[in-house]
Amino acid sequence: MTKTIDAKGLYYRQLNDKVQKAVAEGAQKIVLTNVNGQRYIGTRVSGPVEIEINGVPGNDLGAYMNGSTVIVRDNGQDAIGNTMNSGKIVVHGHAGDVLGYAMRGGKLFIRGDVGYRVGIHMKEYEDNIPVIVVGGTAGSFLGEYMAGGILVVLGLDRKPGRPLTGDYLGTGMHGGVIYVRGRVDQTLLGREVAVFELDEADNQILGTCLNEYCNDLGIDYEEVFKENFVKLIPVSHRPYGNLYTPA
Amino acid sequence: MSLDYTTPEFLIERNRDRCIDCKVCVNQCANEAHIYDEEEKRVVSDDIKCVNCHRCVALCPTRALTVRRYPLEYRQNAGWTAHDINSIYRQAASGGILLTGMGTDRNYPIFWDHLLLNASQVTNPSIDPLREPMELKTFLGRKPDSLKIENGRLAEKLPPQLELEVPVMFGAMSFGSVSLNVQKSLARAAAESGTFFNTGEGGLHRDLYRYGGSAIVQVASGRFGVYSEYLNAGAAVEIKIGQGAKPGIGGHLPGEKVGREVSLTRMIPEGSDAISPAPHHDIYSIEDLGQLIYSLKEATNYQKPVSVKIAAVHNVAAIASGIARAGADIITIDGLRGGTGATPLRTRDNVGIPIELALAAVDSRLREEGIRHRVSLVVAGSIRNSADIVKAVALGADAVYIGSAALISLGCHMCQKCYTGKCNWGIATQDPNLVKRLNPDIGAQRATNLLRAWSLEIKELLGGMGINALESLRGNRLMLRGVGLSEKELQILGVKAAGE
Repeated sequence: MTKTIDAKGLYYRQLNDKVQKAVAEGAQKIVLTNVNGQRYIGTRVSGPVEIEINGVPGNDLGAYMNGSTVIVRDNGQDAIGNTMNSGKIVVHGHAGDVLGYAMRGGKLFIRGDVGYRVGIHMKEYEDNIPVIVVGGTAGSFLGEYMAGGILVVLGLDRKPGRPLTGDYLGTGMHGGVIYVRGRVDQTLLGREVAVFELDEADNQILGTCLNEYCNDLGIDYEEVFKENFVKLIPVSHRPYGNLYTPA
Repeated sequence: MSLDYTTPEFLIERNRDRCIDCKVCVNQCANEAHIYDEEEKRVVSDDIKCVNCHRCVALCPTRALTVRRYPLEYRQNAGWTAHDINSIYRQAASGGILLTGMGTDRNYPIFWDHLLLNASQVTNPSIDPLREPMELKTFLGRKPDSLKIENGRLAEKLPPQLELEVPVMFGAMSFGSVSLNVQKSLARAAAESGTFFNTGEGGLHRDLYRYGGSAIVQVASGRFGVYSEYLNAGAAVEIKIGQGAKPGIGGHLPGEKVGREVSLTRMIPEGSDAISPAPHHDIYSIEDLGQLIYSLKEATNYQKPVSVKIAAVHNVAAIASGIARAGADIITIDGLRGGTGATPLRTRDNVGIPIELALAAVDSRLREEGIRHRVSLVVAGSIRNSADIVKAVALGADAVYIGSAALISLGCHMCQKCYTGKCNWGIATQDPNLVKRLNPDIGAQRATNLLRAWSLEIKELLGGMGINALESLRGNRLMLRGVGLSEKELQILGVKAAGE
């Protein structure tokens, strides 16, 4: 059952009430129109529900989300997928800062560029491996404190000279992996990570992620793989293991 | 071999007339301060390994053991204490940050001990709690600007409230920093006593979901174990911004303590370091805090009060005002002397302000701004007894958290070595052999007893003041007088001097 909700003029709490009610009444797909900055869309639902958003959703889209799918036909704002447990968020435009903060599972696919502090403290747990794929470029502090999961930066449609990522890349990282399409400027790296070539296992993981990403966003998969990827992984699982002495 | 400058802190005295070489001390000491000498066929001790936790002293069947401060004294020097000198030796050997546990042991003023309570004499007679009803019930949460009553009933729904039978809750201590048996003990005691325990930032163990109605679930910067089921399992959600024992810095649970159960509860891989960044990276402003508060309200369907916990720091009053305006239902303030499982020593001992001053400043500020009813105030950080609680309530607190006191009720001996994971009392450890030393049935009973004893005492003190409901004491600073305080301190505390 599909339900369409016009978000025009609705405060976020009213809109989310309507979404929650629609789900309670059995809607499996909800189409939101005229969305304009309403926060926390998707936070109150869980399980196999799909929400399609037309317009620009506000901050904390899909925060704590557990198993649902959100498709944004426009740009997104900050803190998408905050502390997300599982599910999928696909943004067809650009997105803001602090995406996927402390994300533990699920997927966050962004077609365009993203802002600062993306993927901070992502972590993985048992079978849950969170994935963030950024189609364009990313700002500084990407993957800071990352403890698990997969972060991919593709740099598609990049203006000449525009850097793929900002600085402090992977600072404090102690788990997970960042794949970057193209070259990584060593001066941007945090102290806790180093650049490596991909091995066979990496190619498989990346291939699976990007296959789904390209399918969802209508991108030519072969074209994406024409350029080389490198991976960033932490040089130590205990970057701060040797910091203390008993008083 | 390089010279080791470290000297023992404690001296283990074994009365040879009493010692029967039964090896109880050997088996009890996780620090291996007692060893059995196979050749000599007798138990010997190594002072340097002793942390003065009293486990061996308490369990020695013949009372043969005493632990005292090591008599070694450096040349007398008013400036350079043994602590200063030994700290330098340790850091010169390791190059590390000094790490410690529990609250500060430095000699900062304890304002509770400079505040005295009133009692009724002749007029406004005192009340005997043994034969008259006394009310300690406390509701934590936002109160409406006005009450609309129709036909004798509330016409509008109140914002969500926590209902406490005693104004004391068990403070945030995560599974990981303390053992599961500690959380089990406190969860049961909270349920039994009509109050709440706080999960700390380490998630809620599956065995404790049944106590969810007595749990305040915490969300800290590492977001460990935070997901929809967890948020909805608790009676309230607390955003941890800061902690009195380590204001301004994050947390770090070493991988050694992340075994199977801790890993499942925190939802991180076994053996990985659990690092909580110093800030929440989605909160850089009061507006961002508001965003997180409302994200949690959304995630819990507006059914749970949201608390924000901060450390008492210099600008605490202005910060608290911002938190109240950001939409928090409860503000928790943890003072300078607040405890922890692990903290850098210099931070613990030098950062923050005493809770008494912070509480008075915050309560006054919120009243001045006309927003005191919008939030409940919970204070923490060295609440040692029932009198401290009564004074805190008179200064303006709605309730208190106890951490160290709760652990002491379970057997903690305040040795400050929580961070080593070798707690001989089964409290701050994940070692199964040590954890089982704390029986959660007994622990729950002891913590319940403590709360019962304190409520009886609070009622006695209230009755003495001629007050029969704790609510009537809240913010009633006329019930307090200061002794040995400066004009400025009296002014900040908002109390008169004794005799005035």
